[in-house]
Amino acid sequence: MSEAQLLEVKTIDVFYGDFQALFGVSLSVEARQVIAVIGANGAGKSTLLKTIAGLMHPHSGQILFGGSPIAQVPAFAVLRRGVALVPEGRRLFPSLTVEENLLIGGQSRRRGPWSLARVYELFPVLAERRNLPALALSGGQQQMAAIGRALMSNPGLLLCDEISLGLAPIVVRDIYARMPQIVAEGTSVIIVEQDIMQALRAANHVYCLQEGRVALQGSARELTREAISAAYFGV
Amino acid sequence: MPGTRPGMTNERPGRSGMQWFNIILQGVLIGGLYAMFAAGLSLIFGVMRLVNIAHGDLIVLAAYLALMVTHALDVSPLTSLLLVVPVMAMIGYTLQRGLLNRTLGDDLLPPLLVTFGLSIIIQNGLLELFTADSRKLQAGAIEVQAFQVTQGIWIGVLPLIQFMVAVSVIAGLETLFYRTALGRAFRATSDDQAVAQLMGLDTRHVFALAMALSLAVVAIAGVFLAVRANFDPAIGPARLIFGFEAVVIGGLGSMWGTLVGGIVLGVAQAIGAQIDPGWQLLAGHLVFLAVLAVRPQGLFPKVSG
Repeated sequence: MSEAQLLEVKTIDVFYGDFQALFGVSLSVEARQVIAVIGANGAGKSTLLKTIAGLMHPHSGQILFGGSPIAQVPAFAVLRRGVALVPEGRRLFPSLTVEENLLIGGQSRRRGPWSLARVYELFPVLAERRNLPALALSGGQQQMAAIGRALMSNPGLLLCDEISLGLAPIVVRDIYARMPQIVAEGTSVIIVEQDIMQALRAANHVYCLQEGRVALQGSARELTREAISAAYFGV
Repeated sequence: MPGTRPGMTNERPGRSGMQWFNIILQGVLIGGLYAMFAAGLSLIFGVMRLVNIAHGDLIVLAAYLALMVTHALDVSPLTSLLLVVPVMAMIGYTLQRGLLNRTLGDDLLPPLLVTFGLSIIIQNGLLELFTADSRKLQAGAIEVQAFQVTQGIWIGVLPLIQFMVAVSVIAGLETLFYRTALGRAFRATSDDQAVAQLMGLDTRHVFALAMALSLAVVAIAGVFLAVRANFDPAIGPARLIFGFEAVVIGGLGSMWGTLVGGIVLGVAQAIGAQIDPGWQLLAGHLVFLAVLAVRPQGLFPKVSG
């Protein structure tokens, strides 16, 4: 294991009751790296993120973050160690204002570059709407708030689950355009995407999941479209 | 009889406007106490969707705790709050962490059953320790002190203090809920438990803090209850009903609504008692049912955000 490994997922099996969702999945993330996890619906992408974030726990296998095991650590403690998840569907707190949503993320008191001011700098539209109820924002703005809320905990690793879902392509491009600024602050990112082209553009390294197994992985630049579609559809 | 002030039960036909004003005023003041019964109940339901059937018995437990403190330390009931409030808060925290957190889940039934069992345990425990005799906290001269507002309108010092404390408790809870980090955590956890955990909130701890806060309010309510009327181990469930009724009348999710709910209930009972002493509780229940039928979301429902 090299010093540079921020996250190491080692052959994890994850179950929903009797149903096995992940089979021996391994993945590693280096500091300041952007990893894309792609795959069809039900391939296990969201399960992988939830397991890393501590919402689910693997039946077997190991997860190391910064060298220490987190596989059996509950979600709130995983966040305090520096892993933040932007959940699928944004899931802002409806009874909180935009700013209160951001402050909840900051309540872990992890030190780092991100503060209310910095998040507002990254997404200026949120500053204008800081006192509105979270759900009064447009879909794209809600997604920005959800990312901002996760950043407020100053994570070493940011997990983004389907951040393009239900958003107009121009909004998606706008959000992805901020990704380099987030990475430049020292945060690694795992993005789970349906939009393969978007994922390939944003990431250094790609994992393709198929029915709970890693079917393909490689540098985003080197993988051919043919290889990806073969792994994606399993044909 | 609980909820009845001396001097209000002597039936005399044909009351003057001033007398009715007096009766309503007394109802308003007692409403503050009902609001305190309700506030802790509403807080717990709001944060963790737990219906605490033992809430009334915990009020009575606080009353007995105050009884022990006043006897042991020879202090006034109001001074005993300095000890009873933190002790009840600690009981709340422990109860939640040790027992109630284990019952929470998608199903509403387990916490209902467990708190129902808790209610029976508390009642019987108190019966075992203190017997079924009626007790009362003695507050001394302040109990009978009153001042005249205008001709024919008298306000008791103790009911007034009780009402002002109730308003302060409601205002305090409202401020805590909407102006502090803890309140933000309560609201976030209430909205979405899974995401609250993802944002670093230990929901088991947040729930335990909510229960501690709820029982701190219960402690204040219990002491005022015990000063104004006799209590015995069996009166808890009726206080629970008053609390529920105040919550439903006021509308879930609004603390000020809970205060109004308590006042509506108090006034209805006071007026009912004038019509016929047996109608005191009935009038309260009828107003509750009327609100439930006409405006099931309560008078001040939570604004959807």
